[in-house]
Amino acid sequence: MRRSSIGRDALIAAAALAILAALPMVFPSKSFSDFVIRASAFGIFATSLNLLIGYTGMVSFGHGLFFGLGAYSFALLMQKLGTSIAAAFALSVGINALVAAVVGAICVRLKEIYFSFLTLAFQMLLYSLIIAWTPVTGGDQGLTGGVPRPPFLGVRLDDPRHLYLFCCATLVISLFLMWHLVQSPFGYTLRMIRDNPRRASFLGIQVWRIRLLAFIVAGIFGGIGGMLISLFVSSAYPDFAYWTVSGEAVFMIMLGGINAFLGPLVGAALLLTLNDLVTRVTEHYSLVLGVIILVFALGLRKGLLGFVLQRVKQHTSARITRPSGTQPSHRN
Amino acid sequence: MLKIESLHKSFGGVVAINDVSMHFPTGSLTAVIGPNGAGKTSLFNLVSGAFRPDRGRIFLEDEDIAGLAAPDVVRRGIGRAFQIASIFTTLTVREAVLGAINAHRHWYARCDRRFPLKEAGAHAAEVLELVGLTPVADTLSGNLSHGDQKVLDIALALALEPRVLLLDEPTAGMGPEERWQMMETVHQLWERKKMTLIFIEHDMDIVFKFAQTIRVLSYGRVLAEGTPEEVRRNPNVIEAYLGTKYDAERP
Repeated sequence: MRRSSIGRDALIAAAALAILAALPMVFPSKSFSDFVIRASAFGIFATSLNLLIGYTGMVSFGHGLFFGLGAYSFALLMQKLGTSIAAAFALSVGINALVAAVVGAICVRLKEIYFSFLTLAFQMLLYSLIIAWTPVTGGDQGLTGGVPRPPFLGVRLDDPRHLYLFCCATLVISLFLMWHLVQSPFGYTLRMIRDNPRRASFLGIQVWRIRLLAFIVAGIFGGIGGMLISLFVSSAYPDFAYWTVSGEAVFMIMLGGINAFLGPLVGAALLLTLNDLVTRVTEHYSLVLGVIILVFALGLRKGLLGFVLQRVKQHTSARITRPSGTQPSHRN
Repeated sequence: MLKIESLHKSFGGVVAINDVSMHFPTGSLTAVIGPNGAGKTSLFNLVSGAFRPDRGRIFLEDEDIAGLAAPDVVRRGIGRAFQIASIFTTLTVREAVLGAINAHRHWYARCDRRFPLKEAGAHAAEVLELVGLTPVADTLSGNLSHGDQKVLDIALALALEPRVLLLDEPTAGMGPEERWQMMETVHQLWERKKMTLIFIEHDMDIVFKFAQTIRVLSYGRVLAEGTPEEVRRNPNVIEAYLGTKYDAERP
């Protein structure tokens, strides 16, 4: 059986962070660091949604709720209440957890499509609230006036280099925590519920409680993605809470691969790249994107990373003869 | 000890279980037989908490467990395997058993450590050895043969160290040879674990060979009960279910 250790994974995470931190020396352009920041925000967001879709089998169509909520709660706390970044971060996480607990308590007992649609409804509720509550949210104009970024423990987020490092660190730490979670007994319980919720309940597992916990965890990390994007744009817009954000996260998971932990991150980077490249060439971005999604849905069902991992596995298993009757686990 | 008192369950106008009372002494091995639609699986669903009975009581030792939800019934010591193997197809055999052990020991929501927990390893190995799945421990459950999937389903229930084990047609869909092998395994488990075992079975040769006691259900009612010998001679059973094949053995 595949075993993983916390120590080894922490080393890998530290190495990844060091590489990310060093990249601007190779690619000094602002557009590159902007890309990494956006990919971090959407990478965390899509990975958190995959905790629900890929690991627990809960297809949420409304995960953008937490992206928008994270962005607005974080930006508003800093702008209106002048809290420090750390306090705003912690409070925003708390708000996301609370809202996820309430929405989850209503949604997680529902079966498949009803769960999907109700999560979507809650997201649109937040969207409508943002549009309507103009005095606080700025309505459809978004939050105007910028988000102040007071220095905190020597971190000055108005310095682009600091912001870059902060986003990279948040990405690596968030992914490390989520990876740890899916490798824990809790993570395996999620897989059991995905495969066969009925059997899980006949093993004594309170399925709805585990689903609710997964929903809250996904809500928290989804919110962290939103916080990063509001830091990046120094504002918050209703679009962050619109249903298309949820759709993009689903696309990212599809593009990168649902069965690989890093699939959604790869998918996020891929979709953002596509976005940047295609809009440079043509106005018909949606059309091109639609064709690409179609190709993935028909030919590359496991996503790009899933496809690559499968090829690597085939390649190695062709060379290493396995004892008969055993097969490698294709999900992790 | 498991005791069912005047249990009743209907779906719309259809009465699935009609005033059924049964008593299963601790450590007994009982077969439940009956024609299709007699209410055998419904009975299991009621006892295991999948359905809530309309009326009646189900005592496990001294506690009335009727109406409890499935996870709560399981926690009190009633394990169950299904007619169609109910397993976790993307987990390996060992992972699935470890997951069941985590569920049993309330470790299933832990996230302070990595899966698998060391403390569960020996227990998992023991369960796998007991049912003979050790050679395929690292195979994906979904890639197992039909027979091994049924065995794994039972192993998942065994991981919960049940006092009462309900097996819904453990030999369903198996070839003749595989059936006997399966029943040998089940019989060994029963002997070693000293649990109360109740199984549903259609193959009369198997029933008469392995069961200590037999309950015959028909149209949701208990038609007959007793030792294999008594049931075999019961005229009602012969008429409703067995036909004349077993009748021939009468003196």
